[in-house]
Amino acid sequence: MSRQYETVIGLEVHVELATKTKIFCGCSTAFGGAPNAHTCPVCTGMPGSLPTLNKKAVEYAVAVGLAAGCEITKDCKFDRKNYFYPDNPQNYQISQLYLPICRNGGIEIETGDGKKKWIGIHEIHMEEDAGKLVHDEQEDCSIVDFNRSGVPLIEIVSRPDMRSAEEVTAYLDKLRLMIRYLGASDCKLQEGSMRADVNLSVRKEGTKELGVRTEMKNLNSFKAIARAIENEKNRQIGLLEAGKGVIQETRRWDDLKEYSYAMRSKEDARDYRYFPDPDLPPVHISDAWIAEIKERQPEFRPEKMLRYQSEYGLPLYDAEILTESRKLADFFEEAAQLCGRPKKVSNWIMGETMRLLKEKEMEPEEIRFSPENLVKLIELQEKGIIHGSVAKEVFEAIFENNADPEAYVEAHGLKSVNDEGTLRSVIAEIVKANPKSVEDYRNGKKKAMGFLVGQTMKTMNGKADPKLVNEILSEVLSE
Amino acid sequence: MSLMSLTATELGRKIQAKEVSVKEAVEAALSAIAAKEETIGSFVTIDEKYAKKRAGEVQKQIRDGTLKSPIAGVPVAIKDNLCTKGIRTTCSSRMLEHFIPSYTAEAVVNLERAGAVLIGKTNMDEFAMGSTTETSYFGVTRNPWNTDYAPGGSSGGSCAAVAAEECSYALGTDTGGSIRQPSAFCGVTGIKPTYGTVSRYGLIAYGSSLDQIGPIAKDVSDCAAVLEVISSWDRKDATSIKRQDLNFTAALLDDVRGMRIGMPKDYFGEGLDDEVKKAVLAAAKILEEKGAVVEEFDLGLVEYAVPAYYVIACAEASSNLARFDGIKYGYRTKEFDGLHQMYQKSRSEGFGQEVKRRILLGSFVLSSGYYDAYYLKALSVKSLIKREFDKAFAKYDVILGPAAPSAAPKIGSSLSNPIRMYLGDVYTVAANLAGLPGIALPCGKNSRNLPIGLQMTGDCFQEKNIIRAAYAYEQARKERRI
Repeated sequence: MSRQYETVIGLEVHVELATKTKIFCGCSTAFGGAPNAHTCPVCTGMPGSLPTLNKKAVEYAVAVGLAAGCEITKDCKFDRKNYFYPDNPQNYQISQLYLPICRNGGIEIETGDGKKKWIGIHEIHMEEDAGKLVHDEQEDCSIVDFNRSGVPLIEIVSRPDMRSAEEVTAYLDKLRLMIRYLGASDCKLQEGSMRADVNLSVRKEGTKELGVRTEMKNLNSFKAIARAIENEKNRQIGLLEAGKGVIQETRRWDDLKEYSYAMRSKEDARDYRYFPDPDLPPVHISDAWIAEIKERQPEFRPEKMLRYQSEYGLPLYDAEILTESRKLADFFEEAAQLCGRPKKVSNWIMGETMRLLKEKEMEPEEIRFSPENLVKLIELQEKGIIHGSVAKEVFEAIFENNADPEAYVEAHGLKSVNDEGTLRSVIAEIVKANPKSVEDYRNGKKKAMGFLVGQTMKTMNGKADPKLVNEILSEVLSE
Repeated sequence: MSLMSLTATELGRKIQAKEVSVKEAVEAALSAIAAKEETIGSFVTIDEKYAKKRAGEVQKQIRDGTLKSPIAGVPVAIKDNLCTKGIRTTCSSRMLEHFIPSYTAEAVVNLERAGAVLIGKTNMDEFAMGSTTETSYFGVTRNPWNTDYAPGGSSGGSCAAVAAEECSYALGTDTGGSIRQPSAFCGVTGIKPTYGTVSRYGLIAYGSSLDQIGPIAKDVSDCAAVLEVISSWDRKDATSIKRQDLNFTAALLDDVRGMRIGMPKDYFGEGLDDEVKKAVLAAAKILEEKGAVVEEFDLGLVEYAVPAYYVIACAEASSNLARFDGIKYGYRTKEFDGLHQMYQKSRSEGFGQEVKRRILLGSFVLSSGYYDAYYLKALSVKSLIKREFDKAFAKYDVILGPAAPSAAPKIGSSLSNPIRMYLGDVYTVAANLAGLPGIALPCGKNSRNLPIGLQMTGDCFQEKNIIRAAYAYEQARKERRI
């Protein structure tokens, strides 16, 4: 039944900009200070205080706008959005309604089947974040922390161009990566530096008019977004099939219970009484400034991926993984240029580096070791000084403390023993101790060889060249 | 004779010459206050301790030779909508009855840096909304010329304090005439500078796009000297303007030869009191006699200024005053059930009638469905009015007219008819809408011995024109004892 329906989705994505100070005052945007440690008369709405615009926030917004193919509004303005809530110290939020900083852009996404699709961006506007309310159950009161109040945000409003959770995820992924590449935000959904509200409606396939939409809030992960979309689509289809209408309303997603509930309907939608903020003159963004920002734009992922394949001869898969973060990509390029073995570098990044990042729940941005040390490690391997499991052990030390691999190998006596005499006597012992395996091998069970090599390496504590061990063993066994 | 009958700069000179100590000046102000406050009621807060402490500090700096400003050591009163660190700042509202700011308004910082000694905070219409100082939560201020009459407003406390010689000069604020109209009613001189000349940081906003801070004093020279001190480019106020021509005292010249002065015909028609009309025309005659070219002209859109002003000012006020919610500071109702009721009761009880009227009016004109018809329309009227003034200033250096349609009204006669009260702002609001500088100064008295005020308006950044014309008129007025 649901096959007859088409889902239409538009997103409103809030992104916290990575400025050091707030958008309208000099307070720090740092996370985790004591409550109200990062506040002043401006961001707590004291009488007589006035906002002054942080130029860096404008620069980031323009950078995102340019990357998303938007037109930049040369003279943009700020408006006040009036509503009462205790996390909003002035009881109005400074935002942009009439002349947002960027308009009419879009980005191309790619869905699983390799199809490309254009998702339009209606506008990007700048605004300030609110404070945080803390409800104290014991004292039966609410208290407010204004540390986040005045942190700069951009809201990226897409056109209703998406048709599935998959497209939404692809769009968000693309947007997030692009913004991270720009350094304009770290875009963490869980920590709230990126927040997405989903506007969704359904309509019978083939219809032109849009159905009645709902807005879904409180979506804290890509998985939650996908689940909420699926759920809301089915809820709306269910209503229509039962002959009931969809009510235009704002809903809140509960990801634990996997359902949503209505927060407020259009009827009790607030009248925000937007009007131009008289405290902030229009912001003039000159062509020269735009050109300067454009000049500084990094190479984005799609171009990087192509170049990694052509310039470094990497497979598509490697290029994809390495460009997932700008830090990773930059790291790769530095190391690849140092050692001239791009695939080896790529293997270390995609294998051990990613494994350890995941294990330690770290972001690529938190990588502390230098490309030089990874290159040294690769060279030690290439020269046959260390092998396999020992190399992994050394790498862990590099990853942890940016250890110098040469010094580490030296200090821990990890050099491979490639003296044939020593190896031959160890192998003789192994052969002697495992007559069954030897017999199996001679009876054509070639797998037994692997076991014997393993035993030898184990006895050597990994400090042997597996290739040499193989050679000697084949020789001994064929005797 | 009290030291308070000297002008601010006269007193400043005596202090610099060590003829008078700062302590003596401050004591003169405090004893004048002690003698007159009960009848006049200019002040909301008098901070004797702070004034005396400051007197000592300032005296020391004068002795060291580090303070040479013409107003160093001179006592000043500050309108109670300008934040003063550690001294309560109430906006004459119950809402802020106990509010003590953590910082000082930039204009006051500039004054104190020049050695001004703050003696107290003056009464005003609540949140600067009103034309008589009768909407104050702390009671009315009386006109020193006749205590049955209002001092005007909203800077009525500041103007009355200067007129009653309770201080040497004062700061006021002007959103639609709140410096010029009470200056006229109290027979003192006040300047509203070009929008952006004095930082608004620390001024508790009424209509942000219209508000300016300015001096109120005994004469034009004092106003020019004080304006020089308080004007500054301030990074904390994005609407503040960097100006190089702040040497206003250089314009204190008794010479108007060749100055072109225009009088809008519409300012002298229906609604203007005869005695006021005569006094203003007589002042124009004097300027003409002194060599200015005075003529009448048609200034368009005069009748649209008041409605446009009230729409814009109230719209901004409805948003500016939203922060007073009883949560972070200010008045909070004693008993309430839930957040919504706390807001509702705190604001209903904390604000007075006139403030609530303007918040409602402002919220209405910004509401969806009405925004275009009222707020946007008012904004376009505002820019058309600016264009009318541009045309006028292509021909004239100064526009001359009355500061108000009549002399001071009797206490208790204004609030019952707000529309009539609003229409009384007809001569002053246009300068705020267009951002222009204006000065009000005395030009005689009516048959009831109440002062009549003359207003001169200049083009943006042309304070010097109005200061020069006003100074020249003032010299003639003193000579002729008008």
